[in-house]
Amino acid sequence: MSSSRPSDHIDSAAPDPSIAQPKLGPIGYLRFFWRQLTSMRTALFLLLLLAFAAIPGSLVAQRSSDPNGVIQYRVDHPDLYPILDALQVFNTYTSVWFSSIYLLLFVSLIGCIVPRSIHHYGALRSRPPKTPARLNRLAGYTAVNAETDAASAVDSARAHLNKLRYRTELYPSTTRDGKASFSVSAERGYLRETGNLVFHTALVGILVSVAIGGSFGYSGQRVVVEGQKFVNVLGDYDSFNPGRFFESDFLEPYRISLDKFDATYELENTQAIGQATDYSAYVTTTTPDGEDKTANIKVNGPLAIGGTDVFLLGNGYAPTVVIRDPEGTVVWEDSTPFLPQDAHLTSLGVLKVPDGLAEQLGLVGFFYPTAAKLPSGALTSGFPELLDPLLTLRAFTGDLGLDSGVPRSVYQLATDDMTEIAGSNADTPALELRPGQVVDLPNGLGTIELTEVKRFASFDIHRDPSQIWVLTFAILILAGLFTGLFIPRRRVWVKATDNADGSVTLEYAGLARGEDPRLEAAVADIAAAHSKQLGLKVEP
Amino acid sequence: MTLTLETTSLIAVYSAMVVYTFAFIAFTVDLARRSAAEPVAVAASVGQSAATSARTSVLEKTTTDAPTDGPARMSRAMRMAMGFTILGWVLHVVAVVLRGFAAGYAPWSNMYGFAITATALIVGVFLFVQFWQDLKFLGAYIVGFCLAFLGLATVNFYVAVAPQPPALQSAWLVIHVFVAILGTAFFALGGGLSVVQLLQSRREARGGEGMAFLATLPNAQKLENLAYRLILVGFVFWTFTLIAGAVWAERAWGRYWGWDTKEVWTFIIWTIFAGYIHARATRGWRGSRSAWLAIIGFAAVMFNFTVVNLFFKGLHAYSGL
Repeated sequence: MSSSRPSDHIDSAAPDPSIAQPKLGPIGYLRFFWRQLTSMRTALFLLLLLAFAAIPGSLVAQRSSDPNGVIQYRVDHPDLYPILDALQVFNTYTSVWFSSIYLLLFVSLIGCIVPRSIHHYGALRSRPPKTPARLNRLAGYTAVNAETDAASAVDSARAHLNKLRYRTELYPSTTRDGKASFSVSAERGYLRETGNLVFHTALVGILVSVAIGGSFGYSGQRVVVEGQKFVNVLGDYDSFNPGRFFESDFLEPYRISLDKFDATYELENTQAIGQATDYSAYVTTTTPDGEDKTANIKVNGPLAIGGTDVFLLGNGYAPTVVIRDPEGTVVWEDSTPFLPQDAHLTSLGVLKVPDGLAEQLGLVGFFYPTAAKLPSGALTSGFPELLDPLLTLRAFTGDLGLDSGVPRSVYQLATDDMTEIAGSNADTPALELRPGQVVDLPNGLGTIELTEVKRFASFDIHRDPSQIWVLTFAILILAGLFTGLFIPRRRVWVKATDNADGSVTLEYAGLARGEDPRLEAAVADIAAAHSKQLGLKVEP
Repeated sequence: MTLTLETTSLIAVYSAMVVYTFAFIAFTVDLARRSAAEPVAVAASVGQSAATSARTSVLEKTTTDAPTDGPARMSRAMRMAMGFTILGWVLHVVAVVLRGFAAGYAPWSNMYGFAITATALIVGVFLFVQFWQDLKFLGAYIVGFCLAFLGLATVNFYVAVAPQPPALQSAWLVIHVFVAILGTAFFALGGGLSVVQLLQSRREARGGEGMAFLATLPNAQKLENLAYRLILVGFVFWTFTLIAGAVWAERAWGRYWGWDTKEVWTFIIWTIFAGYIHARATRGWRGSRSAWLAIIGFAAVMFNFTVVNLFFKGLHAYSGL
């Protein structure tokens, strides 16, 4: 019906098998391939292929969302790992094969949108087409004989159709046997195609926005202990993932101090004691204009500041430890975040003391906010709040490896080249500290004190300049989908023909343009309403 | 007080399951009666030579139109089945509401709560769709499916009411999950219709041979049109689910899309149904091929809500299951 549609669209004319394919030149082949790419069948195939290609990424850990899972997979499946890695399965959604499917799909999509938009623009500016000579083969055909005048009957039909928001056009004609005939041709539902085009264009819009946002945005993580502050400069992030076109002056300078972190845990419901019910990070922010503001960052309530959003993603305990040399001089003092290992915040941490003592000292151990003993004798935490806090540390001396220039994780201690001086493999058992306690380090190295326990919060800081565009296109997708699927596009004709006996035959018929399950009912309604207007009784 | 509401909710779930069982039996009896009670059409279509195929189709047409004649033609078994379904559904909704009051929040943040809410909504959509079209012949499928899901969830995944973890304290939990279930309900109806459509078209291709109750149901073309319209509604809901999920993910996790396993499967399902809608507009893909796409799509939805929730690692891990 419309030339803008792919040839295998259900509304296009079926191909004539009697036409022989002409011999194709180079341009002919290009056109042939382009037609193939923009055909419905190809779009359908690419859609289903895309669905299928997305599956591996859900079966195997992805580097983007679960890097530790990938490392684990490498350990668990040493034979399969190199093959899958070569096939880019660990980066499914940025892999060459996944990208080529969706890029082809989008090329095919654009190849459909452009000609259809041009065609639709023309349709929007044109009048409804001429009334077909024979209506009786069309949907909802109804004919009535009436004692009326053809021209005025068609006029009133037109008025009625206009009221129903049809676009109308009058066409006078003569039938083959010379009788005068008036007809109104009406069309409605142009919004259906508009919605359809908006939907598909918005899909392209989302893809482009995501690509741009990913290139100019950045995300970073930072752990902040109560009382400490974070300044939005590159060096102050714990980890930082810039987009392709990131430049450091994208960072707007601001400062966030974590004043207090509150965690609330269930105490009454016996089925869920110790389950977290609320996390609140109370912060003070300072912007370049020198203005201080307080804010509360929650798990589902990020803070918008300086073009970024600050999310509260994690929290835990940071024991403050003071280490003194044998003379009593403080050589090290810090609140070190310990990483939570379970729901009751049994936490694992590492302290590294490179200077000030006779030897470099590394401490690794657990912090239990509420120490409890398992039947096996091992320690665990029984509750996430500080009811009976206990810090246990194994101590190692030797080379911390900090001077070799190789970056080391602050959460890991390489003990291979170190000597254990306190812990299960040493003469001295692991050091146990409660707040306020001072314990001697083995070998007369000095003393260690747990002065207090603070909370820490880990923040994700994101800047995504295209996010608002993604949202806008997403809303357009929904709006386009709604209008494109549920607004019926239909043509309706009302024709009045003078009969020899002076009466007038009124004919009503409709034509669906796209899915239109209610077309026949709509034509019947129009016929009924119009006949009623003319004071007729309709017998279909 | 909490315990009382919670226990009452559980009792209501069990009661609903009992009533649904009666409904399922009655729906099945109705299907069996349909097989036996249409002797005219069956006798005419079975055992006749090809020469009478024109007559056969005429007879079939009269019987296919029969179910649309309205409630007057409902069998006694069907009336009982619908009565039981409505009663079961009321009990079911009461169970969900009580569970919500016991918890103090929308009760679908763990597998059990999700299962009772999802099945309640699916049965609800099934009941309300009857005002639009007579799809009561899907009753055995819908009620049987919900009964099985409800039973499995109650036996295997029952957890006591627990406070809402901070990650789920969001209005988006209510919107995102609710609309996802609504979409699922429409996909379930569409998938069921597509199965019947496949059976029906096979029967039509064999000149009326096949399961006899099919003679009392709409023809394959009509079933396909109905499935398509239901799935369109489901697709709009699913699109909204995807977008609402992305908005919430942005609020909670700091990114709107991260290829988490659940996000991947929601995307896969969306793509399959987008394919289904395109298949309908592609020459050569109407009919059985698109019906298979609808069935695969609904199977993927079920996979997403069961296997992905239970066995796949991801951010959508349900608290305590």
